[in-house]
Amino acid sequence: MSTLLDSHREDASLRDWQHILHLDAALLFGLLALSTMGLFVLYSSAGGDEPLLMRQIVRLGIAFGAMVVIAQLRPQWLQRWTPWLYGLGLILLIAVLVAGDIGKGAQRWLDFGFVRFQPSEMMKLAVPMMVAWYLSDKRLPPTGWRLLIAGALIVVPVLLIASQPDLGTSLLIGSAGFFVLFLAGLSWRLLGGLTLLGAAGAPVLWHFMHDYQRQRVITFLNPEQDPLGAGYHIIQSKIAIGSGGLFGKGWLNGTQAHLEFLPERSTDFIFAVLGEEFGLVGIAALLIMYSFVIVRSLYIATQAQDTYGRLLGGSLALTFFIYIIVNTGMVTGLLPVVGLPLPLVSYGGTSMVTLMAAFGILMSIHTHRKLLPT
Amino acid sequence: MPTRVAIKDYLFESRLFMQRSVQALVFAALLIAALVSRLIYLQVVAHEHYITLSDDNRIKILPLPPNRGLIFDRNGLILADNLPSYRLEITPEQIHDIDATLDALSQLVNIRDVDRKRFDQLLKRTPAFKPVPLRFRLSDEEVARFAIDRHRFPGVDIVAGLSRHYPHGPLTAHALGYVGRIDERDLQRIDGSDYSGTTHIGKVGIEKTYEDLLHGSVGYRQVETNAEGRVLRTLVRTPPTPGQNLYLTLDVELQNVVDQTFGERAGAAVAIDPNNGDVLAFVSKPAYDPNLFVNGIDTAAYKALRNDDKQPLFNRALRGQYPPGSTIKPFVGLGGLEYGITSPHAHTFCPGFYQLPGKDRKYRDWKRRGHGTVDLTNAIAQSCDVYFYDLALSMGIDRLHEFLSRFGFGERTGIDISGELPGLLPSRQWKRAARNLPWFPGETLITGIGQGFMLTTPLQLASATATLSRFGERMRPHVVASTQVYGDIELTPLQVEPVPDIPVEKRQDWIDVIHAMREVVLGKRGTARKVGRNAKYEFAGKTGTAQVFGLKEEEKYDAEKLAEKLRDHSLFISFAPLDNPRIAVAVIVENGGSGSAVAAPIARTILDQYLLEPAS
Repeated sequence: MSTLLDSHREDASLRDWQHILHLDAALLFGLLALSTMGLFVLYSSAGGDEPLLMRQIVRLGIAFGAMVVIAQLRPQWLQRWTPWLYGLGLILLIAVLVAGDIGKGAQRWLDFGFVRFQPSEMMKLAVPMMVAWYLSDKRLPPTGWRLLIAGALIVVPVLLIASQPDLGTSLLIGSAGFFVLFLAGLSWRLLGGLTLLGAAGAPVLWHFMHDYQRQRVITFLNPEQDPLGAGYHIIQSKIAIGSGGLFGKGWLNGTQAHLEFLPERSTDFIFAVLGEEFGLVGIAALLIMYSFVIVRSLYIATQAQDTYGRLLGGSLALTFFIYIIVNTGMVTGLLPVVGLPLPLVSYGGTSMVTLMAAFGILMSIHTHRKLLPT
Repeated sequence: MPTRVAIKDYLFESRLFMQRSVQALVFAALLIAALVSRLIYLQVVAHEHYITLSDDNRIKILPLPPNRGLIFDRNGLILADNLPSYRLEITPEQIHDIDATLDALSQLVNIRDVDRKRFDQLLKRTPAFKPVPLRFRLSDEEVARFAIDRHRFPGVDIVAGLSRHYPHGPLTAHALGYVGRIDERDLQRIDGSDYSGTTHIGKVGIEKTYEDLLHGSVGYRQVETNAEGRVLRTLVRTPPTPGQNLYLTLDVELQNVVDQTFGERAGAAVAIDPNNGDVLAFVSKPAYDPNLFVNGIDTAAYKALRNDDKQPLFNRALRGQYPPGSTIKPFVGLGGLEYGITSPHAHTFCPGFYQLPGKDRKYRDWKRRGHGTVDLTNAIAQSCDVYFYDLALSMGIDRLHEFLSRFGFGERTGIDISGELPGLLPSRQWKRAARNLPWFPGETLITGIGQGFMLTTPLQLASATATLSRFGERMRPHVVASTQVYGDIELTPLQVEPVPDIPVEKRQDWIDVIHAMREVVLGKRGTARKVGRNAKYEFAGKTGTAQVFGLKEEEKYDAEKLAEKLRDHSLFISFAPLDNPRIAVAVIVENGGSGSAVAAPIARTILDQYLLEPAS
């Protein structure tokens, strides 16, 4: 225990400004590098649309701003407000189902007149916070009733969001909650049992899926079956990536993207543009940056001084990984088409703010550690 | 809070978390490894495959159709050319209200319901940035009217293209044929890729026979397109090879004179240069305007042509099968001489009818009083039927068939115009096969005067006459003399597949028959002596009258009483000059009556025109 604390004191002397601003330099550097690369790819995928690029820069600015603001909040303060945030989120989710706006065939938005708000975004943070809050005040690993209650805390919002329907977000929130349980020491036996249960439950899930969701699964299994319809996305993105080769066709030279063969090229499928123009080398660079951010985030979680911070930080880091693997898996045809953006690269709004808020929490956890006297 | 933490086993939980983090990290690393191997597969292993797919996506091959070869007559006058034609096109994406635009346009150009219907259909199938044609072949006036108001119609354009045009219209219709839009049937016989971008194809006549030469070969433009198919730039351009020009043997001046001489009458005339088989004139009357067919004839006009009693669409010169009538007599006579059955000095008495031994039936001569005693020369000059009844009977149908077939009767001449019919040269075998009946001697008789089963086309008659004039030297008739590669000056003569000549037993036999034919037009008692008057050259001919309507034995033919379409066909064959023939003709005037009265003067006009008028 003393060795652990010693190292902190040593670090602290080197990181004065980081403690004052409550920022983590390494993480910040990783995120900025990713955003910069993202802007380059987006500039190309959007066909040099500068107003669009400006909007993305503004959005990044807001998201980084949100990160800085949240980083200033003490983890204890976050912890205290966690149940309230979670409760509010649940109420808003129900409100969305009752009175939400319909956009792209799904009810996700609440319109307050002055601002449109997506409660599921809030739950991306609120769910792991809540599970971490619930588990952190008793012994780990959780067992019995505590485990069941923790499971319910996850499943209820996941089902509410899935019924909007928003498969991508509910998947993310489910994993965020699950990661808290996993990091809290959920027994492997239980984990295996859950996996079996999931396999058995797949047909039931299939039964409750919307047609377009089923179509996505079918398309995933056999994209060539419907090359002009649902399979078109995957076929074209595979062509884009594959034709990029080792070094790519060069920035702004991707024919798949620029000649508009690739759908959703600035949003969910932007990874294919990167693959086409920068090749395997460019993708490797991006994956290295992502890995750096994930490893750094996990490291921060391990350095947290309380269970809440540790569980929450670890979950946020792993959820970030889920984002990446689900998006890249989808674009490369390894996973079904799930509407998830590539973090910090895809053009898009709310989810980026949430994402950066999560990094704000990580930074808060890291920079509000108490230097306990020896 | 610190108090609660104090209860827990801090070290254990920290170690548990560390353990789980590492496990999660390993799991994540495995997934990343899976992703990377997928990427290596896509970008390295299958890279070539995806490069191909990507190029297929963006690179489209657009055909550049070749310009069709031109067709000239023997003197270099143009018979088929490609004229600029204007069509009106609308680019939907540039127009707000298509209906309003169409209404406004209809004030300037004639937009029929069919145009509108076709336009609506095309509109649905075409991407919005691609122009959709509304009207083809705008008149100059329409083009001018639109040009003035053009500023009012953004997105509406007049586009120039090439359209096949036959400047002589009906005059050359039956020889040239025409091109039309490619249809299902055409698609089966052509190589689709060579015709990509080509809209028209030869449908009939020379346009069809020489389709391969006239068409040329397609060129290509490799273009880069976007997902919508909009062309962004040209990558490679392979220009098309235009079709070859054709120079015909036809003399359009001569053709015109023949046409004029025919007037309103129906029939056909073919003139051939016996020395080489060049077809100098090829006329079938009435004719139609081939230009109507080029861009699709409208139903009403087509119906009118189809239902016309005189059948203007019927190519009489090529497909009209008529009994040759007395025009066959010189050939039968020659056969008699060559087989040694008769001699120029042998006489036959003609009482005006003929009876088979032991039979009652009288086979009448056209001259009821009879010709009296006739030899071969008189029999041909005066067209005595009885002489030829007798001769035919002596020859028998087998020898008759064999000899006439040497001249190509009963088979296609092999002219380079598609759709030729073979006529009919009857024989025992034919009758057995076609009618399942034996051959009767009476049928031999009437075959000897070109009646009965025998049918010939005007082309066959002209060709046989040419052969006769050249002492059995056969030349396959053809209308295309030479071809010319686009951009070249020199012409390449087309090789005509040779036909074996007729073996000559005795040259004198041929001279005798030709002399008899001379007597037809120049002799004192020749049936066509009227047309021989004042001829500036020596020539030979033979009249013919083919019955359309069978007369009973005792009935007298009375042209006045018969409806016009039951009247006899008038025929005439001729060649000139006698000593060194340069032209052989066959003329048939449907329901024209006797050969001397109608067909012969037309033939004379053809000879005069060709031999006396200097070529223009």
